[in-house]
Amino acid sequence: MADVTFIVDGKKLTAPAGTLLIDACRKAGIEIPAFCYYPGLSLQAACRMCLVRQEKVPKLQTACTTTVAEGQIFYTSTPEIEQARKAMIELLLGNHPLDCPVCDAGGECELQDMTFKYGAGESRMVDVKRHRDEQQWSPAVFYDRPRCILCYRCIRMCGEGMDVWALGIHNRGANSVIVPNDGHQLDCEQCGMCIDVCPVGALTSGTYRYKTRPWEMSHVSTVCTHCGDGCKVTLGVRSTAEGAEIVRADNRDKSGINGDFLCAKGRFSFDFVASADRLTEPLVRNAQGKLEPATWEHAIRVAARKLKEIRDARGGSAIGVIGSNRTTNEENYLLQKFARTVLTTNNIDHARSTDYAAFARALAGTEGKTASLRDIAAASAILLVGGNPTEEHPLLAWLLRTNVRLNRAKLYVANSQPIKLDRQAKATQRLPVGSYKDLAAFLVQGESDFSKALAAEESLVVIFGEEFRGDAAENLVAWGLKRGPNPDSVRFAYLGDYANSRGAADMGLFPDLLPGYVPVTAPGAFAEYANLPATPGKSMPQMLEAAAKGELGALLVVGADTVSRSSLDSAALKNTFVVVQDLFLTETAAVADVVLPAASLYEKSGTVTNTYGDIQMVRKAADRAGVKPDFEILVRLAGAMGVDVATLVPFSKRGTTGDLGQSRGAQAGEADRHAVWLEANGLEPKLSPFDPLAVFDEIARLVPGYTVDRINLFAGNDVHTEPRATPGFVPVGAIQSPSLVVPAHDTLFTSGTLGCYSTTLRQLEEHQSKELAKAAAD
Amino acid sequence: MSANSETLPVFSSALATRFDALVEKYPVKRSALVPMLLYAQDEVGYLSDAVIAEVARRIGITELEVRNVATYYSMLRFKPAGKFNIQVCTNIACMLRGGYEIYERFQQELGIGPKGVTPDGLFSLEEVECIGACCWAPAIQVNYDFHDELDPDLVPGILDQYRNPIQNKGKNA
Repeated sequence: MADVTFIVDGKKLTAPAGTLLIDACRKAGIEIPAFCYYPGLSLQAACRMCLVRQEKVPKLQTACTTTVAEGQIFYTSTPEIEQARKAMIELLLGNHPLDCPVCDAGGECELQDMTFKYGAGESRMVDVKRHRDEQQWSPAVFYDRPRCILCYRCIRMCGEGMDVWALGIHNRGANSVIVPNDGHQLDCEQCGMCIDVCPVGALTSGTYRYKTRPWEMSHVSTVCTHCGDGCKVTLGVRSTAEGAEIVRADNRDKSGINGDFLCAKGRFSFDFVASADRLTEPLVRNAQGKLEPATWEHAIRVAARKLKEIRDARGGSAIGVIGSNRTTNEENYLLQKFARTVLTTNNIDHARSTDYAAFARALAGTEGKTASLRDIAAASAILLVGGNPTEEHPLLAWLLRTNVRLNRAKLYVANSQPIKLDRQAKATQRLPVGSYKDLAAFLVQGESDFSKALAAEESLVVIFGEEFRGDAAENLVAWGLKRGPNPDSVRFAYLGDYANSRGAADMGLFPDLLPGYVPVTAPGAFAEYANLPATPGKSMPQMLEAAAKGELGALLVVGADTVSRSSLDSAALKNTFVVVQDLFLTETAAVADVVLPAASLYEKSGTVTNTYGDIQMVRKAADRAGVKPDFEILVRLAGAMGVDVATLVPFSKRGTTGDLGQSRGAQAGEADRHAVWLEANGLEPKLSPFDPLAVFDEIARLVPGYTVDRINLFAGNDVHTEPRATPGFVPVGAIQSPSLVVPAHDTLFTSGTLGCYSTTLRQLEEHQSKELAKAAAD
Repeated sequence: MSANSETLPVFSSALATRFDALVEKYPVKRSALVPMLLYAQDEVGYLSDAVIAEVARRIGITELEVRNVATYYSMLRFKPAGKFNIQVCTNIACMLRGGYEIYERFQQELGIGPKGVTPDGLFSLEEVECIGACCWAPAIQVNYDFHDELDPDLVPGILDQYRNPIQNKGKNA
């Protein structure tokens, strides 16, 4: 809408007509307090904190419901307004318990801050406060009624934001209470958004309550380790005797693609990190065939000696490497480089949860045709095929809902079963079970209303997942690419399961593909790699088959539970020297000869790529004595095998000393900014072979699509990458067979191996399955 | 409720027909919510779980939303009242003219307290806000019948009317 000019506190402001006064003021740096107003949710005007004086209007107006128009004059901080706000706070404090010293919100409570600002420190209320006992609604959510100020944020967030509608309000006036949908229990997605938006300590989190004071935590902004959506998460950490523990996860700074959104996994399931089952010292199989604790030096020496022995005696083809879907890009890149140049084998693979290679092939030769999450959040029309984002990609579901609700985006859903997002869909197309591969043909025919509506959309984002593998994925992409000349006519997003599944594929954890989907057979590919074998290696099942036949001398498994995922008889690995890097003693680790305790994604730095191709920075938050990041383990292994680690990690090119700001003395603050600038320009001294960013330089140089905007990346933003595969690359059939894709289909309350070690997640799952059983019995 | 309540229709067929028409009457279905709750309470006596579930189903909203609205209104109740629900007004006009004496007399006569129900389930008693009969204060309402210009000694007679309706038929007409 056209811009209008109006005056606030004597300052001339300009904003589009119809903008809410509160938004316009906040944008201009004029603070207007509010409890009930929450950007993105419907207006409530319940708290009366945002009262302002509008000239020629007899009464004070709520800034959260007043839209700006030409020539209006407002006052936002006069004695009259301050008195009105003070009175509101006095009323709110009338029954609010002053248990701030023990309240979770103490120190980051909006009511506290407002009281501090506007006064009302003394109450004129003489009656006894009405106490109500605290209620536990689920393992995650607790409700303390006396602290509640009835702002309705939680109700709106749960209903409008999450489309769950699990919270309501009963009774009226001073008797009002927030009520969960199942009487005294919450039957919902357990996302904890209600806790997150609560301005006071009325809703508290089962994982955080009474654990710490907000100011005792350090806050580290990193990326969630659970699903493929890659939400940014701020971890609150605190020192312990063993390192640093995570006490809270949220995203209140609203940084990143997800804003303040996190699902149950991101918000509550960080406790696997502190699980008692964590491996904290290396294990080496002794002469009696038992795994026994060893020092890092001994374990690395044993593993390196044996790997070298097998490589030298039987060649690299006798060694297999299995990578992870949860390690960083740098670690995945290093792993394949280690496999290909040190172990001299192309026998490298990972548990593929979706067919990224087919997606890359389908898009080969195109540019700007992949959709980042930001593209999806702003798309005018979206075709969602298959899957159930509500369960498997909670952030995607959130963005789709929000886009439909706030921007009137048109969502088209084609699925073989009803999904929750049908409710937001403009049109749905029910497909017969198992017929996804025919969808492209069906859409080409264009006879149904559904395909006509799609054809009429000027621009479209197509979101699909593992239902489309191999040719099916290519056919769907080919259909989309024919949509017309408009550069925005179509963009694609391809869904995979884990935090860095996309990164694992992009970084070439394939027997036939190098990083960036470059075939190992391509002439001159990665020429700087010494000893790169030119023939494709074995896929994961082929490696396991070879192991069962006794043909595989050694197997290095990084962050994967191959044995339990492959229905492989664990005895099949008895003639293979197995090295496992993992957080836990998984079934695979239990049969290993050397087990190296690895750091989780929350305990290391690097970058990860979400399933949409958005690269984000991971920063070390927690710490645990005894574990090492996979990056460091690999470098140490290579070093112990006699490799010059500088050939693996390009560090110390300019020597091993650097000016880290010491020389600037009094301008020490300058040093920080200087460091950021150096880092962004790839100039900072890489003094350690354990510095993942040293490898990031090489990734940016060698991997097509990974030359990204570093300054944004290092500032903590997401930057988009596309698989820039060479057109016409032909994958090796048996190695890229769609049957190798085993989707995890993790739900809201499961998360592969990590989920098994998260007590909170198991409790939530149990709670929800009880609720499900109750609902079924009714 | 009886054991086979799930198989029984919640409402009489007449009320069900009325509801069918009611949900069509408004631009949005949920506008029919409050009248439906009131009519349902008149027929069933209170808003049972079954009533709430059925109303939610008919309007297409969750039971939680029905309860959000229903709990707001003090005239909607979630426990059975007596067959005759006596509502004594104690707002200013009635109070000045002895509303509280009437209320106390009812409590004595019935042997129940505020919001109580007699053991035989015949009477229940509650104090209410203005019932719009200030000119004839003090006044009470028994279900939808008004009794006004009362004094405490009239209370036993009123109760008697309801206890023995046939014997007293026409007396008060």
